[in-house]
Amino acid sequence: MDAQGIAIVGGGIAGQALCEALRERDPDLAITLICGESCLPYDRVRLSEILVSGEEPSALQLRPDEWYADRRVEVLTGRTVAALDAESAALTFAGGERRSFSKVALCTGSRPLMPPIPGLDKEGVIPFRGPEDCETIRAAAADGARVAVIGGGLLGLEAAYGVASQGCPVTVVHLMDRLMERQLDSGAAAMLQPAMEALGVTVLLEHGTEEVTGNGRATGLRFAGDVQLDSDLVVVSVGIAANTSLATDAGLETARGVLVDDLMRTSAERVVAVGECAEHRGVVYGLVAPIFEQAKVAADTLLGVPGSAYEGSLQWAKLKVMGVDLVSIGRAEGSQEAVTADAGRPSYRKLVVEDGRAAGAILLGDTRGTEALLDAIRSAGEVSDPLERLAEAATATAAELPESAQVCDCNGVCKGELVEAMREGGCGSAREVMAVTRAGTGCGSCKPMVKEIVALENGGAAEEPAFLCPCMRQTREQLALQIRADGHEAVSDVTAACGTGRDCGLCKPALAYLVSEIRENRHREERSARFINDRVHANIQNDGTFSVVPRMYGGVTTPDQLRRIADAAEKYGARMVKVTGGQRIDLLGIRKADLPEVWRDIGMPSGHAYAKAVRTVKTCVGTDFCRFGLGDAIDLGVQMEREWEGLHTPAKVKSGVSGCPRNCAEATVKDIGAVAVEGAWQLRVGGAAGGSVREADVLATLDDAGEVLRVATILLQYYREHGDYKERLYDFVPRIGLDQIRAIVLDPEQGAALLERFRIAKAAVTDPWLERDEPYHPRQFDGLDEATAERELPMLVGPPEGAAR
Amino acid sequence: MSVALEKGLLRVCATADVPLGEGRPVTVGDRRVAVFHTESGWYALDDSCPHRGGPLSDGILADRCVACPLHDRRFGLADGAALTDGAAVAAHRVIVRGEGVHLEIAEELEQAA
Repeated sequence: MDAQGIAIVGGGIAGQALCEALRERDPDLAITLICGESCLPYDRVRLSEILVSGEEPSALQLRPDEWYADRRVEVLTGRTVAALDAESAALTFAGGERRSFSKVALCTGSRPLMPPIPGLDKEGVIPFRGPEDCETIRAAAADGARVAVIGGGLLGLEAAYGVASQGCPVTVVHLMDRLMERQLDSGAAAMLQPAMEALGVTVLLEHGTEEVTGNGRATGLRFAGDVQLDSDLVVVSVGIAANTSLATDAGLETARGVLVDDLMRTSAERVVAVGECAEHRGVVYGLVAPIFEQAKVAADTLLGVPGSAYEGSLQWAKLKVMGVDLVSIGRAEGSQEAVTADAGRPSYRKLVVEDGRAAGAILLGDTRGTEALLDAIRSAGEVSDPLERLAEAATATAAELPESAQVCDCNGVCKGELVEAMREGGCGSAREVMAVTRAGTGCGSCKPMVKEIVALENGGAAEEPAFLCPCMRQTREQLALQIRADGHEAVSDVTAACGTGRDCGLCKPALAYLVSEIRENRHREERSARFINDRVHANIQNDGTFSVVPRMYGGVTTPDQLRRIADAAEKYGARMVKVTGGQRIDLLGIRKADLPEVWRDIGMPSGHAYAKAVRTVKTCVGTDFCRFGLGDAIDLGVQMEREWEGLHTPAKVKSGVSGCPRNCAEATVKDIGAVAVEGAWQLRVGGAAGGSVREADVLATLDDAGEVLRVATILLQYYREHGDYKERLYDFVPRIGLDQIRAIVLDPEQGAALLERFRIAKAAVTDPWLERDEPYHPRQFDGLDEATAERELPMLVGPPEGAAR
Repeated sequence: MSVALEKGLLRVCATADVPLGEGRPVTVGDRRVAVFHTESGWYALDDSCPHRGGPLSDGILADRCVACPLHDRRFGLADGAALTDGAAVAAHRVIVRGEGVHLEIAEELEQAA
């Protein structure tokens, strides 16, 4: 009989974590992972997400199918272990099969706790535990069910959030006087209320359910005092109980969970237990972070690696409750507390201090400073002024973080390990550090902090990452991740979810660009997030008037266009008519209210001279007229401008095409330039002739104009996707590196994909000046003077609503 | 009855006249006032940035402030306080009754109007 290898009983987060910890330590060890459910290990914590997103349960799978095959992990799904022989480390499966192993790990997790309420056995009463429960909720929602959720703790609110996402009216019934009493104090719990109301969730506090009513099928709940709540579906989510029966039957010592020592050993020598089924020093941990710590120690124990010990974990969690970010660390209440709250955001930040030492924190809505506070609480650091400490944490930079502060929660990497990877391990870049330490390779939310630490270590001074929203210290990468994950379609969605733009508002245009780029111009446009130039499609001048620059492709115009421009300039009193450096004509000093009429009279498309967008393509006359011309500069310039017209970019893009190396169109100092040389075209990028002067780098030398247009378009799209807001191409090119850019835009596969995304984005572009006929608001261009200004004097009736008394 | 009420209210527009999240200018006597429509309510400030006279009514709004479109100087919506360098701007009270948006006329505005 095969008595080799380790059996992991239970395919939840704990089983998977142990499996990974074992494989990491021993590549050859025989591992058998036994999953009671018919699927591979998945992230149960995120169960409500598949209800919200409508994705398949497989979206939650922790590792893809190949992972197990590649690592030679034997996985048995849909198999129940009926009995454990602790002495011989043998398992008997339901059905009778018996297998022996060298050691057994119990990761049997927990089951929903069903309170002793009469009627819980009725049809229409379910727990919220597996994908099948999501299916039941979806089906009920389709029938317009009213849903009651019993339990207002973490799990209950998870369930309610998922149910509410299906459009059902939901009532959360909670026994206690506040929600999530184990993690939140009453102030923070109250802050959740508006978010819940916005989702259509009603809360009944201090309501003990006495009975589930209905004849065979649940029709509602009855509370004390004979109060009734009608509901078609009842979701019970009051807590969990450790699955210990396998251990108990095998004669192992159990209490609330399977008892384990500091090596994660049970009372049987060959059996360990990890996760929600285990009880360590009187504590059963129900959060993810401790499970990872336990799994590492258990792996060492199973393999006989000495020196490892589990000494308990600080109870803490980073999660989303009702769509609001929450970090809860240690104690929620104590003898000394500092709180800052903002009901508008909402945000609630609290630091609990006991005997002058950090003991707990709650960060709701605004989770800045998690790493710093976590470290302070973990080390019971001294705190003299809690309020000041709380404020400091919000703006803590990488430099101020202690070496012991955990940066990557997914993989448990602290700042000291990152620094060591650089000093001892010879890593130079953030990418190398992340590859070596695995920091940032999980959810990715700590990447900016990793980069900050690497920059600090490299340069001495703190090199700030480019924050899109400096107030909230959010980067473009973080926000892009969030927009993609949550499917945000408008700036206000992101604002509501992340707080972006709510402090100073100056990052709203950057966010507007980001949303439009990610949604390929099929986003929900919100003009209030745009700079005034992009609200009225003209460039504001120092006196509050605007300038109008119509598009002249390649700088080529006609007598008819010139006549119309001249007429409009006179009719609307342009203070100046000026030829621009980009070979077009600017009407300066136009009143905002006249803009639609000016555009109508001119009858030319917008030149986007006011926007972060593709501007003009300057050309020389090339082979059309010039006796030195080698390439048809006008034709290529006009083609480029037509192809790119109307696309917004991280910063303005000025281009030029010169028909010979004499370079009359100054293409070598443009963001994108093309220069005809004997028998070919040079494509150049990253030139500047403004505050600083930079000669554009030669990206490629290409045979014909069609290729130039194609490669330049791919480059433009790559920049659109990866440029930071306001980052001109002449900054972008050196930041990314010319070689890297070449490798991407000249790669046939990546190039084709970029081109495809470019076409999708371009297909949704329209001329903004057509808003002269279809304004986004009747007063898009007007003030209020023409409105209903009328005097109401005197006021004879009582104080108006909302007046101070 | 409060003093302010005796001074009266000037109806400047209907609530639908200012898009949510934006501002619009209105002339009151010889003064330009910017009226702002935000998620948290209605506000009004003098429509001229003390720095270089920029039209605050064209500024980007955040929860509690507006940024001048010319050089990003910021002012509190409720009180006109300068949140960046320089002087504050005058703030006016806005009262919405039904569909009507009214400016409460402070004394100096009263004379001007």
